[in-house]
Amino acid sequence: MLRLARLNPMENLKILSLNALSKRFGSVVANDAVDLDLHRGEVLALLGENGAGKTTLMNMLFGHYLPDSGSIDVLKDGVMTPLQLGHPQAALAAGIGMVHQHFTLALNLTTFDNVVLGSEPLFSWRRDRAGARAKLQGIMKQSGLEAPLDVPVGQLSVGERQRVEILKALYRDARILVLDEPTAVLTPQEADTLFENVATMTKNGLAVIFISHKLREVLAFSNRIAVLRHGQKVGEIATKDADERVIARMMVGADTPITPRENMAPGAPILTLKDINVRGRSKRDGLSDASFSVHSHEILGVAGVSGNGQSALAGLVSGLIRPDSGTLSVDGNEISRPDPLAMINVGVGRIPEDRHHDGIVGAMTVAENMVIERLNDTDVQTRGLLNRDSIQASAERLTKEYDVRGPGSDAAARLLSGGNIQKLILARVFDQNPRLILANQPTRGLDMGAAAEVGRRLLEARKRGAGVLLISEDLDEILGLADRIMVIHDGHLSEVTTRDREEIGLSMAGEHA
Amino acid sequence: MIRFETRNAPPRALTVGVPILSALVALALASIPLAFAGANIPTAYAEMIKGVFGSKFAFSEMLTRATPLIFTGLAAALAFRAKLWNIGAEGQLYLGALAAVAIGAGAIDVPAFVLVPLIIVFGAAAGAAGMAVPTLLKTRFGADEVVTTLLLNFIILIFVQMMLEGALKDPMSMGWPQSAPILDQGMLPQLMDRMRIHSGLIMALVAAGIAQFMLARSVWGFRLRAVGENAAAARHAGIGVNRSLMSVAIVSGGLAGLAGVSEVAGLKGYLTADLSPGFGYTGIVVAMLAGLSPVGVVISALFIASVFVGADSMSRAMGVSSYLADLVVSMSLLCVLIGGFFARFRIVRTISEVA
Repeated sequence: MLRLARLNPMENLKILSLNALSKRFGSVVANDAVDLDLHRGEVLALLGENGAGKTTLMNMLFGHYLPDSGSIDVLKDGVMTPLQLGHPQAALAAGIGMVHQHFTLALNLTTFDNVVLGSEPLFSWRRDRAGARAKLQGIMKQSGLEAPLDVPVGQLSVGERQRVEILKALYRDARILVLDEPTAVLTPQEADTLFENVATMTKNGLAVIFISHKLREVLAFSNRIAVLRHGQKVGEIATKDADERVIARMMVGADTPITPRENMAPGAPILTLKDINVRGRSKRDGLSDASFSVHSHEILGVAGVSGNGQSALAGLVSGLIRPDSGTLSVDGNEISRPDPLAMINVGVGRIPEDRHHDGIVGAMTVAENMVIERLNDTDVQTRGLLNRDSIQASAERLTKEYDVRGPGSDAAARLLSGGNIQKLILARVFDQNPRLILANQPTRGLDMGAAAEVGRRLLEARKRGAGVLLISEDLDEILGLADRIMVIHDGHLSEVTTRDREEIGLSMAGEHA
Repeated sequence: MIRFETRNAPPRALTVGVPILSALVALALASIPLAFAGANIPTAYAEMIKGVFGSKFAFSEMLTRATPLIFTGLAAALAFRAKLWNIGAEGQLYLGALAAVAIGAGAIDVPAFVLVPLIIVFGAAAGAAGMAVPTLLKTRFGADEVVTTLLLNFIILIFVQMMLEGALKDPMSMGWPQSAPILDQGMLPQLMDRMRIHSGLIMALVAAGIAQFMLARSVWGFRLRAVGENAAAARHAGIGVNRSLMSVAIVSGGLAGLAGVSEVAGLKGYLTADLSPGFGYTGIVVAMLAGLSPVGVVISALFIASVFVGADSMSRAMGVSSYLADLVVSMSLLCVLIGGFFARFRIVRTISEVA
């Protein structure tokens, strides 16, 4: 793996300082007097759990939010000058560029048009295309960012699109580049290329703020690490003095317990797919000829870049999608007409990817959401009428057992935080002792404590004898939990025998090594 | 700068207070057109109140007017809870009325204890069929039920006119397009001597009570609420979304059909093409004003019926156009929509930015 040359930032010249920035939303303090300095040619990693205030801080830097108090100074003609707050145009003019996690590109326009879009005068008789092109090619040469100029962006790969976003910022003379979770959508190889490019750009004097929660990358590619927790900067450390344990403790405020993973011999097959074909929304987002089994005492991890057929696979096992051909069986019995109720009835517990959209009915109570999958059970209803006492009692028990925190079990479920919504779903699923658990991106958006809890529950179910189908875009999560690993690419599933990140990464990109 | 923030949970006082306030504001706003019409405003309001509460007869007239509104209001409220937009209660009301006269006006001659239930069942079934068809089109082919139910209203009304000129025309009507009267033993019992108020009101109140209970306490109501609030999560949780929609469609259409039954077999005795002065559409206002709560429907139907009856009597006493009633009803819908906005959002004044 490539390692960034730990050069001393050139001259150690300070080009940006955030001074005691604070921002409140109602009663929530999103940022509390945060100080941050950035020097020429350095990569500063901004770390923190969800809701720690990283995005709010960057939005203030970029002029999207107006701070309640504090100031921002930017180097301008050799002196630190205050930046006009709350004005994105001022931030752009000061050379601050941002690459969002979700790209803001016009897919039907070419790379060139996307880059120059908005930087040209609106009312002008002719465009200086040749000049713009020369400037852009100069930037590409200098930074090492390669992307075909005259191809519509819609035809480019995700990695290339990200380069176009960076080129857009550099074309506007960015001296400070903010990358918001840049590797979330990339394969390991694409991520390495990105970091090579970042290294070249910083050598030329660009300063980079790199937002991430993947400790491994942060340790490999940054010069300095700043950690936010509950809106406050809780620590700052030179990367060469840091290791994963130190940073994790700074982020969470305590050591996170890691559940040891015992070795276990897999038992009989529980879920079996045979020659399944599903047409997806796009050509690559279906399933073709999928055949595999998940066994008892086994966690089968499915790795892949999102949009490669994961939603078809999850929809199939959830009962939401019927296969166009092939058979699906649980415990050897073929499910002839799969639907969600049929899957629930044969003991398949489902943790959906989008927990707000598919997991809960936000306007209904926590207690009602706990029983929504088993309305036909005798403890839930008698002759069509709800047994309110027993529903309430089981909700009280489950909220305690699974530590679901919120305004109470008769409050609307949408009032819970994301982590507690996931705990509600875990309680609903695991309390039924499912034979098979489909966990689709189960830790996405969760803080480390909640994510560790999900992992612990999955391992516990495996120990009990359940099979787990774990779909995740987080390779570290799969490597940490799965007994066997399959890679999904363009709707094709293939088992990998290696546990080497590089090789799995190549398969994720569709190159069979 | 003013911003709107979503309230986490609207306080109870607001969910009850907003509709009441909206109704009062709408009534107060009526003073503007009243002033333009040259009426003495305090006298006008006094006449209005007298027209509803001034006598036993006035009050019973108001209850008579509220009866079909409770049915159509329930029809709208239940369907809307499942996000099934039934705009066709008007047509379903006529289907129910048509079925009532088809059965009750001499087609079969059986005693009252058989004929009355038959009329009720067939009327409800006809209304239910009228909503089942557009719901099937929605679940099968994705046809927008707002469009189909709305347009069906006109189709059904023309069909009713055709029947009144043809198969169901009363031979004794001297050429008027009206049906033969329902047999005496087919009529719903009257509630008071010499008053028009009839037992359809009791049916409506019982229906509201059952609807309230089922919505909160039954698995059927649970499914209906889940489908309405988040159909994707309901489907994921194994609830048959299309089945739930169809079941609420049948109940909603059935209730609208009962409005027609109660008007024909409780009040008029025969069917004409002007049986309903828009009860189906007013039912939507009733349901919205009630915040889609069945018990609330009863209260808001009583309010809107009071406005209609009171304005009628005021217009007779003061020579002002009775269209004022329609105005108050429409304004109360607008007010409740605006009020609902304030119940859901709180207004926050932020200090404008410092440069």
